[in-house]
Order: sequence, then structure tokens, then C-alpha cells
Amino acid sequence: MRLQNGILQEEILRSASLRPVRSTLVKTARVNTTKRVVVPKCCFTKVRCSIIGIFCGVLVSSFPFVAFAKNEPEAALSVGDWWRVISLADYNTRVVVLGTALLGFAAGVVGSFALLRRRALLGDALSHATLPGIGIAFLIQTLWGGDGKSMPVLLLGAAASGIVGTFAILGINRLPRLKEDVALGIVLSVFFGAGISMLVMIQQMATGHAAGLEAFIYGKTASMLQRDSWLIGGAGVFVSLVAVVVFKELKLLCFDENFASAQGYNKFALDLILMAMIVVVTIIGLQAVGLILVIALMVIPPAAARFWTEQMVRMTWIAALLGAVSAMIGSAASALFPRLPSGATIVLVCSAFFLFSMFFGTSRGTLLRYWHRRQLRRRVGRQHLLRAMYEYLELHIEADGDLIPNTAGIPVLDIREMRSWSIRQLQIEIRRAVADGDVVSLPDKTLRFTNGGLVTARRLAREHRLWELYLITYAEIATSKVDRDADRIEHILQPSMIAELERILEGESLQGLPPSSPHPLRSGPSIPGGGGVSP
Amino acid sequence: MNQSRAQEQLQVANGEVDSNLPLSVYDLTVAYYRKPVVWDVSFDVPRGSLVGIVGPNGAGKSTLLKAVMDLIPRTSGRIRVFGQSYADSRHRVGYVPQRESVDWDFPVSALDVVAMGLYRQIGWLRPVRKVHLERALWALERVGIADLAHRQISQLSGGQQQRTFLARALVQDADLYLMDEPFAAVDAATELAIVDVLRELQSRGKTVLVIHHDLQSVSQYFDYVMLLNMRVVAFGPTAEVFIPENLQKTYGGRLTLLEEATEAMRQRGNTL
Repeated sequence: MRLQNGILQEEILRSASLRPVRSTLVKTARVNTTKRVVVPKCCFTKVRCSIIGIFCGVLVSSFPFVAFAKNEPEAALSVGDWWRVISLADYNTRVVVLGTALLGFAAGVVGSFALLRRRALLGDALSHATLPGIGIAFLIQTLWGGDGKSMPVLLLGAAASGIVGTFAILGINRLPRLKEDVALGIVLSVFFGAGISMLVMIQQMATGHAAGLEAFIYGKTASMLQRDSWLIGGAGVFVSLVAVVVFKELKLLCFDENFASAQGYNKFALDLILMAMIVVVTIIGLQAVGLILVIALMVIPPAAARFWTEQMVRMTWIAALLGAVSAMIGSAASALFPRLPSGATIVLVCSAFFLFSMFFGTSRGTLLRYWHRRQLRRRVGRQHLLRAMYEYLELHIEADGDLIPNTAGIPVLDIREMRSWSIRQLQIEIRRAVADGDVVSLPDKTLRFTNGGLVTARRLAREHRLWELYLITYAEIATSKVDRDADRIEHILQPSMIAELERILEGESLQGLPPSSPHPLRSGPSIPGGGGVSP
Repeated sequence: MNQSRAQEQLQVANGEVDSNLPLSVYDLTVAYYRKPVVWDVSFDVPRGSLVGIVGPNGAGKSTLLKAVMDLIPRTSGRIRVFGQSYADSRHRVGYVPQRESVDWDFPVSALDVVAMGLYRQIGWLRPVRKVHLERALWALERVGIADLAHRQISQLSGGQQQRTFLARALVQDADLYLMDEPFAAVDAATELAIVDVLRELQSRGKTVLVIHHDLQSVSQYFDYVMLLNMRVVAFGPTAEVFIPENLQKTYGGRLTLLEEATEAMRQRGNTL
């Protein structure tokens, strides 16, 4: 048997609780799929938390802008101006904000896949690799006599050089002994370096003024024209639609590429679709967010969304909405303060959402985890206290029939010796137990069960020992080790599992009384004749 | 393409490869870079057999299964699944990859994972429907964890994750199952549950190939066994083949000739 180590306890328990009751469990599980699971009424459901989260994120992220507004000389804006921007009354602002919002939406969707496929950094290298293409497209346009600023042409150039960069990465990857991070590092820096020198060259040439090109590096929604916005928004909608259509297949690819291939999916083709989506979002994001920061719009919203859910569909939705809201706020702020680079503000809003999600996320948020751990610690502490008191009574008080009477006071000092409690710890534990009405603390430094407390303690001792017996009988754990192992799991026993334990160990415990402990109980040495069997 | 396919079918008609034969491997060689991993492997798996594949680490067990499913390119050799190429009969093949091959932190539930086994049947552009989820649930029920269907997969124990993978293969209702170490690092209860499923599959005439590590349970679980160490040391009914001499050949003494040949080729810089 491989059962000896305690790590597998849950597994043992599962097998024990599952086999005989499988049919009923299956029935309940089936009900779950056909009907909606009844969510327990709680004021903090996930949906509500998410709404609160988004609201607070907006609030938090608005602080930098308020601060900025105070220092901005041209920001002597009236309330009316604010309102005009926020309510999107101005048609041009409305179009720009809508366009960037759709961009943020698409970036959140695509980013979710990129994140789960671990391709996020590929997007970064790709966006940096677009710069030389922008320069070349500008040069070609000026050579042909234009002002070099036709957006579609510039974006086409960007896309071309981005794709060249991506293939360079894939090519370097194929060389033996060079890992992907090396390939990313090489391509990202070389292409970006080439692009920068090209921009400097262009600026020194007297033809046309190239100042607008810098907007591609840092992002500037203020320089966006209406038709640019329509292009960006349209591309965003298109990418999102593609994602919906191939959602299931991309999900499989991200989760288990080997299985996908074995099923006959062309892994290369699916990856190509994903890459194409990343390329499109990167390219349309250049103008609004800038090529340095566009990766943030693809990475941060999905990462933040991950804290709120364990379901990929929901994660994608949350990421898309976060991306859209961030992009909206960022571009609106940029419309208010034209000197503020919109890329930076969008990323800052994103990161505010991220920080908030990290703490308050209902699925993986750190506060929630801390809270759960704290609750468990408290429950375990209480259970230890009550069981120690009960075992003390068992050792020192003559049982009246089957039931142990609740007559004696239990000296705190003796309880302390039954476990490795510090005085402070024990005092805190006792204070909580008294507050909850399980225990009464008497002036002579003894404790006494309340009636309810005794019932609880009896139940706890019983569960603990049932589990001990089970471990001894079925898991071949040495008797001396059982107390510790049983101690770890009893705190998470479910009623159905206890019923199952009772069934398996039939005859060991009837009428809801605890069976006698399978090992000698620990007791304080100060007790005369206290069992005399302390290990 | 079509022509070669037609030709293959002609061969099948001529009885070259019996279409009843679940898996026929002939002269298979796979090499990573310059190092051969599987060399000149040939065998026919009889229908309805439960085959254990054993061999030391690096013996090419996983590589063999992956090569059968065209997941990695093969250097040479011919593979027939029910008399056809793998591409033509993959709907009849269920695959259970190694548990470590995926990221279990992925945001999906056990039920979602099992439903993935149906994606190919559902087809492009179509969503997963209730019918499919019910079938997925049925598969989870068979491996004994239907009550965990809606749990996120990182919250499952190792044994439960393995059962989830098994259920994903079951839901395909295949005729040939290829399982890569389903018994690796699972608890005894899961091991029993998996054996249960294997037996049941066999009783329904399915063929199952299982990569296995625990030599002690080989005779108990499998009626056929393949001893593999780069080449097939022995393949046949467990009672005949699973004997100390063969094990010695598989795990013990160096395969001198093969290793020397490999070394020589590496030094000469030849690619297979």
C-alpha cells in the first residue's frame, strides 16, 4: 500500500466517502448541471464584489489625474469642461474614447489567451519590432510626395516589420541551445534600436515634419483622428468576434496542446490565429497606448481578472471589461490634458485595477485567502481547546453511565500542558470561547463547559477518534502517529464524511458518543494518578 | 494525397494490414536531434488486449505513444491504426497524456476538461451544449468523481486530476486507448478506480496501451506486456514474456551494441 504518508489523507477519505454513496452524490451533481446551483445568500456574492471592485478601481485610478489637473497650468477647467469630457458630449471625444474602449476590450480578450498560452512577452517583442516599419512607411510616403502621415500606411508598415520580428524570434528559437527568452531579448532590442535610429534620421531630414511619429512610442489619443478611431474600433470588434468563434479551440490549445494535436487540431494553425490576433491588437494599440506600453493593456487586465474567477469565459469577460474601462478613462484623461501621454494613463488605470484585484479578488485575492486562513486557524484553535477540556474530563471524572457529567472545573494550567500552547495563545483562545458561550471561565483559574460547549466538545472528540480509528484500520498508520495525522484532517471533516466513517467503522461508535481513544491520552503531569500513561 | 490514401486502402483490402488490428507498428524509428530514442520497433497489438508498456527511464515509452499519434515526427516506420493511418482513424483513439504535461492552475473546471474530449465531435463554430456536459458528467461518474465536476482543477488532488484525464479519454468512446503513466503518483484508491475502468474497457472489446512503472503489479493488471528499451526487448502475453531474463535485458545489462552505434553516430555528427 502507498498510503502510509499523511499527504494522501484526503484521497483516502474521498475513496472512503465516495464508493458507497456514489449514487446520491452523482444525483446531486447532476442536479447541479441541469439547474443552477443555489448560491447561499451572502451580501458579498462574486458579482457584487466585482461591481464594487470596478467602481473602487475607477475611484482609485482617478486620483493621479486629479493631482495632475492641479499642477497643469492649462487645466483651469470648469466643471462644465469636465462634464463635457466625462459625459462624452463632444462628438470627436466620443469617437476617440469609444475607439480606444473597443481596443481595450479586444486587448483584454486576446491577452487572456496570450497569458494562458504564455505568449505575453511575444506580444511585447512584436510591438517593439514595429518601430522600424513605421519609419520605413513614413520615408516611403514622403518619397512619394505625401506628408507621410497616412495612418493605414504607417500601420501597415508597423505590421510588416512586427511580423518580420516575430518570424525572427521563431527562427532564433529553432537554433539549438537558444531559449525563447534569448530570442525575445535579441529581437526586441535590435528592432527597437533600429527603429529609434531611423526616427532620429527622419527628424534630421528636412522633409515633412516627423514630430507625430513619437506618438507611436508613448501613445497619444489626442492625435487620433476620427477615421483612425473608427479603424481601431472596427479592428477591435473584429478581433473580439474571431475570439468568440474559436474560443473553444484556443482554450484547448492553451490548456493541453498535445491533446489538441492528438485530436487532430493543427497546433500551428491555431497558434497562427492567436498570433494574428496579437498582431492586430498591437498594431491598432500603437497610436493610443504606444509601442512600449501596449503590452500592458494585453497583460494586466487578464492578470487582474484571474483574481476574480476560476472560469475562463468569465476571466475573458472581466479582462475585456477592465481593458475597455481602463482605455476609456485613459483616453478621456488624455482628451482633458493633451500633454498627458494616454498610454501612460491607460496603463496606470490598468495597474490600479490590478492592485485592487490582487487584494480584494473573490477567487484568489490575498485578503480573501488571509481571511480564510484566519477563520480556519480560529476554528482549529477552538476545536483543540474544547477537545483538550473534554479529554481532561474523561481522564479525571468518573463517567455517569455513558455520559461524562459536566461538574468539575478544569484547571487552565493542566489544559495548557495537554498541548503546546503558549500562555498568551491559550488566553486568547479561552477569551474567544467564553465570548462564544462554549466555556465559562471561573475565578479560581478553572474552566467549565457550558451545556452547548459540552455537546460540541463531545461531537469533536467523537469525530477526531472516528478519523483516528479509520486511519489505524484502513491506512496502516502507526498508532503513535495517529493523533497528529488525525488532528490535521478532522477540522475539515464534512457531515457526510462522518456518516461514512461511522458506517465503515460500524459498531465502534453508536448513539453519537465518542469511542474511547485508540491511544493513551496526554495529560498534565501535575495530576495525581492522572492516567499515569502520558507518553 | 488522395492517391496515396487510395493506395493504402487497396493495401488494406489486400490484407496487408488487417483493419481489425487496433495498432500495427512496423520498423518505427524516432530520433531527437541526433540521438535515436526509439529504434526499429515493430509490433502488432491484438484486439481487446490490455497492454502494459514497461521500461527504464528514457527508454522511449512516451516517445513511442507520441509517435503513434503523429505528435512528434518519426524518422522512419509505418503505423496503422485499425488498418489506416492515424489521421484517418484518430476518432477511434483516446489519449491520456501525462499529468505533468499541463498547467493545473488553468481556469477551468473538471467538467470543462472532460468536455474537451468532445470538441472534435462538436466541431468548429459550435458551442458545448448541455448534452455534451451530461456526457462529460457521465464519464466523471465512471471514474468516481462526479461530485467534483465543478471544482477548479487546481483544487483536485493528484489522483483526482488523473481521473479527470481518464474521463476525458472515456468521453470520446474510442476503440483504442493510449495512456501515458496513468498510475504515476496516484493513491491506492485512484489506482483501483483506474484498474476498474481498464477492465471494463477490455470487457467491451476495447484495446488499451498503458505505460506503467510498477513492475510488481504488471502481471496483475495486464494480459499483454511490452518490455521496451529503445527497441522492443519482448512483447507478448504477460505470462510468457514477463520473465526475469527479459527484465534483465530491459533494465539490466547495457545494450552494448546499440549504445556503441549511437555514440559512433553522434561523434561522426550524422543525423538519422
